[in-house]
Amino acid sequence: MSDDTLQIEVNGQTLEARKGQRLIEVTDAAGITVPRFCYHHKLPIAANCRMCLVDVEKIPKPVPACATTVMDGMVVHTQSERALNAQRAVMEFLLINHPLDCPVCDEGGECDLQDTALGFGQSESAYVENKRTVASKDLGGLIATEMTRCIHCTRCVRFGEEIGGIQEMGGTGRGEDMRIGTYVERSVESELSGNMIDICPVGALTSKPFRFTARSWELKRQPSVAPHDCIGSNVEVHSVNGKVKRVVPIENEAVNEVWISDRDRFSYLALGHQDRLQNPEIKENGSWRQATWEEALSAAAEGLKQTAADQLGVLASPSQTNEDYFLLQQLVRGLGGNNIDHRLRQGDFSSNAGAGGQVNINAITALQATDLVVLVGSNLRKDQPLLWVRVRNALRDHGIKLVVINPKNYDLTIKADATFIGSPVQMANDLAGIVKSLPDSAALSIEGWQDSMATDIHRQAAELISSAEKPVVVVGNQAYSSDNYASLNSLAAMLATQAGAELIELSYGANSHGAFQAGAVAHGLPGGAEASQPGLNASAMFEQKLSSYLLLGIEPEHDCWNSSAAINALLAADQVVVMNAFVTDTMRDYADVLLPVAAFTEQSGSMVNLIGDMQRFRANVKPLGEARPAWKVLRVLGNHLELDGFEYADLKQVTEAFVKAQEVTASVATHIVPRLSESQQLTRVADAPIYAIDSLTRRTAPLQERADSVKAAVYINQATATAQKLEAGKPVTVSQGKSSLSLDWVVDDLLSDQVVYIPAGVVGTEALGSMVGPVTVTGS
Amino acid sequence: MSAAVKYLRSLLMLELLAGLALTLKHFFKPNITVQFPEEQTPMSNRFRGLHALRRYANGEERCIACKLCEAVCPALAITIDSEERDDGTRRATRYDIDLSKCIYCGFCEEVCPVDSIVMTRHINYHAEERSELLFDKAKLLAHGDALE
Repeated sequence: MSDDTLQIEVNGQTLEARKGQRLIEVTDAAGITVPRFCYHHKLPIAANCRMCLVDVEKIPKPVPACATTVMDGMVVHTQSERALNAQRAVMEFLLINHPLDCPVCDEGGECDLQDTALGFGQSESAYVENKRTVASKDLGGLIATEMTRCIHCTRCVRFGEEIGGIQEMGGTGRGEDMRIGTYVERSVESELSGNMIDICPVGALTSKPFRFTARSWELKRQPSVAPHDCIGSNVEVHSVNGKVKRVVPIENEAVNEVWISDRDRFSYLALGHQDRLQNPEIKENGSWRQATWEEALSAAAEGLKQTAADQLGVLASPSQTNEDYFLLQQLVRGLGGNNIDHRLRQGDFSSNAGAGGQVNINAITALQATDLVVLVGSNLRKDQPLLWVRVRNALRDHGIKLVVINPKNYDLTIKADATFIGSPVQMANDLAGIVKSLPDSAALSIEGWQDSMATDIHRQAAELISSAEKPVVVVGNQAYSSDNYASLNSLAAMLATQAGAELIELSYGANSHGAFQAGAVAHGLPGGAEASQPGLNASAMFEQKLSSYLLLGIEPEHDCWNSSAAINALLAADQVVVMNAFVTDTMRDYADVLLPVAAFTEQSGSMVNLIGDMQRFRANVKPLGEARPAWKVLRVLGNHLELDGFEYADLKQVTEAFVKAQEVTASVATHIVPRLSESQQLTRVADAPIYAIDSLTRRTAPLQERADSVKAAVYINQATATAQKLEAGKPVTVSQGKSSLSLDWVVDDLLSDQVVYIPAGVVGTEALGSMVGPVTVTGS
Repeated sequence: MSAAVKYLRSLLMLELLAGLALTLKHFFKPNITVQFPEEQTPMSNRFRGLHALRRYANGEERCIACKLCEAVCPALAITIDSEERDDGTRRATRYDIDLSKCIYCGFCEEVCPVDSIVMTRHINYHAEERSELLFDKAKLLAHGDALE
């Protein structure tokens, strides 16, 4: 027995425990049931429900197991008469004000209070006075409340403080008058708010979209993987009669702990959206008609056969499965082409190094253990919410320092120790300033660097970074879409090497790593081997206006870096085959064949998350209408094209082929020598906001009503607006090259000077050009 | 019983006479045939006949779509769909009982927290087609209204 461990006795059983552990952790680990409401293993201890009272010898009164630290030789009885009496008494008090409305309560059947009352309560109550009632709060479109049911465990309050990062819920009043709610009347807007539904032990907080649609016992529960970000959160899909009713997290300490983001939780609502494509369709003489699969696939194959291989562009969303990517690249390369890409929102292809290419298996553990985080062009809190939870965990456990280099001073809920806000060009300069201020950095070559560019604040930031023990550098979505991404990424890599930091490169989509591994990039073959003749990347495919396109799971007007270029190229193309779960009017304009494919929960497959875990999942429900999983469609398309190697009998064989392809040695893409420039031009910066990243989230009505759902407008700070002579209340004309658009403008003083933020991915900005680049804004 | 006694009994037709005596006894007793439908057999107060959905006195339907009857039904005869009605209450959009599956055990009535589904003492119903034995919510409510 080391110094750290000690022994206690629980119900006659000898258990080992670590010093400082709470009693309830030890009993939980040993499988001994102690009833509890306020204790949650991911939340700080409150010990206010008193349900976990246990009997400890030599302590005169029963003590709460959740707040009692273990001591060597402690003798505990969780089932003694005294413990049981105490638990029964607490249960009776908790039930005094709890309404008897289990039959109409959505929690009924999976309710901690129901279960515990049955197991540890008694069947009668001495209470005969009136029960109290509490008015329910309106917390917005995701959480339904019934506050009379609340037992004041304060889990939701502690969740807001410790995990969500903003204290949205709180308790007012004391004793009988205590109320849980938002302090002032407002909705709960955290990007993780749905987790409050899970942790609420009673039916006080329930899911609003799920409300009254099913009971817990009739749900079919199957595991799956969330499709919206590279964390690959483990979820459980609950369905009744082939209809998805809700999505809840599965605990996986290595990936998502016990949380999921609201995006992952509620995007299933879009599965039955009216835009769903349910039948294959063919355009004949300018009008659409429904077709059989056979007809549609023949038409698609016919067109593809007539296209020269180098005139075919293939684009897939970064959230497809490995199997989809693998078959897609097999199809393209079988036809002799190499024009395939999934990096739709990448702004700069001057280097092949970047998000998705390299798996960092330490990414999540490093964030959890870090003492300093450098954010380069990342709104981590909104873009990858569960990674931000890890950063918050690190902050709570041992404190962190934060260095931020962003085009906008995002509300990260953690105060940054050094903040550099500027346009992407300025970001590169600031990053270079920090890198060059680090010790032993003189030899690093940075094009355009002059020693005068390093200022005191750069040196201070560099000092912070070099004094950190476990720094982490995160290159995020904002950097990914910047037109100097290669330089930013290269500088970040330099910074990471110099400071001994972990480098985490992030981008959009759930499976960019899988796409790289499957070879769904222009320069890479399966397994990451280098293609002998690289094809065109995502941007070049649209700039060079090819004659034929095959699109998988994307809406180019929302999902591509340069939406106007994408639309123009597609409209000019001879043939466009669209494989998608949704159809839009724009799509009907440029497409020739529409093939409905399965969406999230409807198809089996596997995805690789940012730490390199290949997570397999099975279909939970049948695809809507005639839709089929994309891999099946690609397989049959391959057969129609008479390509070799498309004789897969089932998904397993495709997965095996994908896994086997990983046996080759991957070539490691090299970073370019970063280039700095000076630009005083007005620059557009953009990201796809949290609820506009893909087809599903854009169509999830309750998410679109969130405060985080950014509306199409020109966001600009007051100083720049004044300099541009914009008139308040009047729309402005935004021009990027040939494309221009009239939009409303909004003052956002968190943005830096000389920067205009116009979101991509949202309805209303499709007509604009590149996400990041020069822009002119004139008052009309 | 020895074989001899058995032989003697059958020889004297004693069993036959015993049977005839019983017939003769009932010949003079009042008969118990019920002239249905003019007459009805007596029925227990707890008899479980055709189901009905009840309403409150103000006309509001009682059922709150808690689905406990659906869960408890051993014959899986009940199907319920629920939704939030405009006034925020939980209501059944569909309440079907398949009488061809129902075994009239009465669990649904017993489990109902609001005394909505009840088994009435009404037994005089028939169906000429199987589909007529599928009772939906409107039919069950109408039956309740008729008997209330």
